[in-house]
Amino acid sequence: MGSAVPEIDFQRQKDVAQALRAFLPERSVLWQQEDTRPYECDGLTAYRRLPMVVALPETEEQVQRVLKTCSSMGIPVVPRGAGTGLSGGALPPGDGVLLSLAKFMRVVRVDPLARIAVVQPGVRNAAISDVAAPFGLYYAPDPSSQIACSIGGNVAENSGGVHCLKYGLTVHNVLRVRGYTIEGEAVDFGSEALDAPGYDLLALAIGSEGLLAVTTEVTVKLLPEPETARVIMASFDDVQKAGDAVAAVIAAGIIPAGLEMMDRPATRAVEQFVHAGYDVDAAAILLCESDGSAAEVDEEIAKMKQVLEGAGATRLTVSRDEAERLRFWSGRKAAFPAVGRISPDYYCMDGTIPKKCLGEVLNFIGAMEKKYGLRCPNVFHAGDGNLHPLILFDANDAEQLKRTEQFAAEVLEKCVAVGGTITGEHGVGVEKIDQMCVQFGAAELGIFHAVKRAYDPQGLLNPGKAVPALSRCAEFGRRHVHAAAQPHAGLPRF
Amino acid sequence: MRIRGGGTKDFYGNAPRGELLETRGHAGIVAYEPTELVVTARCGTLLSDLHEVLFKQGQFLPFEPPSFGSGATLGGCVAAGLSGPRRASAGSVRDFILGAKIIDGKGDLLSFGGQVMKNVAGYDISRLLTGSLGTLGLITEVSLKVLPRPSAELTLKLELPQGKALESLNRWAGQPLPISGSAWSDGELALRLSGAGSALELAAQKLGGEKLGAGDAATFWAGIREQTDPFFAGDAPLWRLSLPSHAAQVELPGAQLIEWGGALRWLRSHADPAPVRAAVAGLGGHATLFRAADKPAGAFAPLPPVLARLHRKLKSAFDPAGILNAGRLYPEF
Repeated sequence: MGSAVPEIDFQRQKDVAQALRAFLPERSVLWQQEDTRPYECDGLTAYRRLPMVVALPETEEQVQRVLKTCSSMGIPVVPRGAGTGLSGGALPPGDGVLLSLAKFMRVVRVDPLARIAVVQPGVRNAAISDVAAPFGLYYAPDPSSQIACSIGGNVAENSGGVHCLKYGLTVHNVLRVRGYTIEGEAVDFGSEALDAPGYDLLALAIGSEGLLAVTTEVTVKLLPEPETARVIMASFDDVQKAGDAVAAVIAAGIIPAGLEMMDRPATRAVEQFVHAGYDVDAAAILLCESDGSAAEVDEEIAKMKQVLEGAGATRLTVSRDEAERLRFWSGRKAAFPAVGRISPDYYCMDGTIPKKCLGEVLNFIGAMEKKYGLRCPNVFHAGDGNLHPLILFDANDAEQLKRTEQFAAEVLEKCVAVGGTITGEHGVGVEKIDQMCVQFGAAELGIFHAVKRAYDPQGLLNPGKAVPALSRCAEFGRRHVHAAAQPHAGLPRF
Repeated sequence: MRIRGGGTKDFYGNAPRGELLETRGHAGIVAYEPTELVVTARCGTLLSDLHEVLFKQGQFLPFEPPSFGSGATLGGCVAAGLSGPRRASAGSVRDFILGAKIIDGKGDLLSFGGQVMKNVAGYDISRLLTGSLGTLGLITEVSLKVLPRPSAELTLKLELPQGKALESLNRWAGQPLPISGSAWSDGELALRLSGAGSALELAAQKLGGEKLGAGDAATFWAGIREQTDPFFAGDAPLWRLSLPSHAAQVELPGAQLIEWGGALRWLRSHADPAPVRAAVAGLGGHATLFRAADKPAGAFAPLPPVLARLHRKLKSAFDPAGILNAGRLYPEF
């Protein structure tokens, strides 16, 4: 993991800062350590690096000039939104410019008839629903960090949330992304229509972790708020039974508005923190939500209760009113900070697995807890198979940190082995770059690099993130021998 | 090479050229577990076979793809990227694709995405392939998210002039109403509602109009989806106008049929391509010459220069020699 010791080339720093000062005001170009320190990491605090220069443009024209200046000087650029990302996607360049979009905080337009909002990338996720609320509309994707994370970052990571089984991810809820290539050319991906001619460059841009273009404006879809919503909290005396209950709900033809699981270590951590009213004696709890018209919700809640009882739920509580529903969710949404209170540090993983493998993967995580001597509560977007195991550790103990990394790597590789993926919604960033070598072969990585070159021939935009160099994978393969076949068979190994 | 499944969409895009490469033989469902909400099948799998297998488990493809003939294959469905009447409420083909295996222009077998619902490892190549008309690779296998079929459906017909229909459709879409399909033509608006029975009755009371019998409703929506409705009969060129749903009435000569809550407008017209494209672009959309005896002005709206350059570079990333479905999407590649 990165060190906080500055290794800045001062001449280069001066040149770049001066070039940016030609069109940016003094307060918008930071280079002194006390000013750049707050930008040394994002939500993945284990990785830190001081940026050489931080640029804080306020207009699209300034963004364009930052990019043109940097690309002509061959300077790397790392875009940053609210800095809540969990994979180190906004880890700054020690030899380049951290481009913060934090000043792009304007809601440009809300059109209730068209059901869209046009917002700048620094607008917070939750703020979009706030401005849409007077029209009975909302923005559906709701990552747990929604009070802090910005829509530009959501676009970069294709963020999900607890309601995405029914309402989709960022890619399903964004109509248009406006931005600039590293060379400063304006691009519009998508439109207010439901499709655009040619390749789906909008889909390619979403989840591209800031490697293809810098987002300066986003048009999102707004949905009508459901008339009502209620959530069931179901307790199980066995984690596997809870997993089977998830499958039973879906087999009954129900797509709940939200379907979340937490194991006992997670509910206990949360309950101390927010008093959500969770059953802390249950081995696992499920939160199963229904939304729609009152009649529809009554019908669905009755059906879900029946299915959950049949699946062996030991206790069922249905939210009686909106306050109770929000209280049940508050625990889930506060799971990460709650875990943060019972341990000096925690490391959040983000694998997705086929739901039927939940028992197998949780048993595997249990075995890893013993192997590495570290605890690991689990929260789980059960409906879509997205696991967030949280390894508890102390970052001040270098040896523990190392064990944590190995623990996490083994779990992610297990996710791939059962047919899943190393990241469901947090992105690869710098964190999972080695595991990309496990998930993809050299040919696929070759395509990713070719896609990158199509947008950014010099490789200046967010370099070193998301897609590993083939040489890195060869090195990783040498360090890390798998039982399975080598994923990069075609690559020379010396 | 020109890649072809069932050949039911040979009319779509620019004229196919090159050696024929048939994919129908590579068929079959590879994996389907209803509780995972994921199906994986080979490109030559008939859409009709896939529908039947899903139907037996109470599930379906929510984007309701058109077949345009009994031979339609899954590979063709994804390569064409066309969705049916449910698109405005449920999403499009690209919204449901989870993973794809392809053979690129260099002959490499590649695998992107996967069989899980959330996956942000690497660029989202599976969605990029959707609608690429086989120009980036031969799609050999696809994983799709599937959903339970709605427990009930109901179709209403209302008399409304076009302007009023467009305004109403947009207003209704901002309310929690279970509208899953809309089709307006010649002063008559059909609305399909899907969901729990109790919710449909309430919504029907609110919306008004006359209920259509279940059999008639199924025939009507199949006619819209498959373009066997009388609106689509005849020889006049058929334009597909993709617009913001709230865009004003399109003032062009010829008859129109409006779907997707206003976001898709079909135009039967002999008008010259240039004014059609200009009028639609002026309203924030794009016009595709969908069916016509010939398409000298190209099937698809021209791209702005920067996007055109990105297209060419992406094409050469997947197919450096330019051997796959050359010219099918745009003449220059």
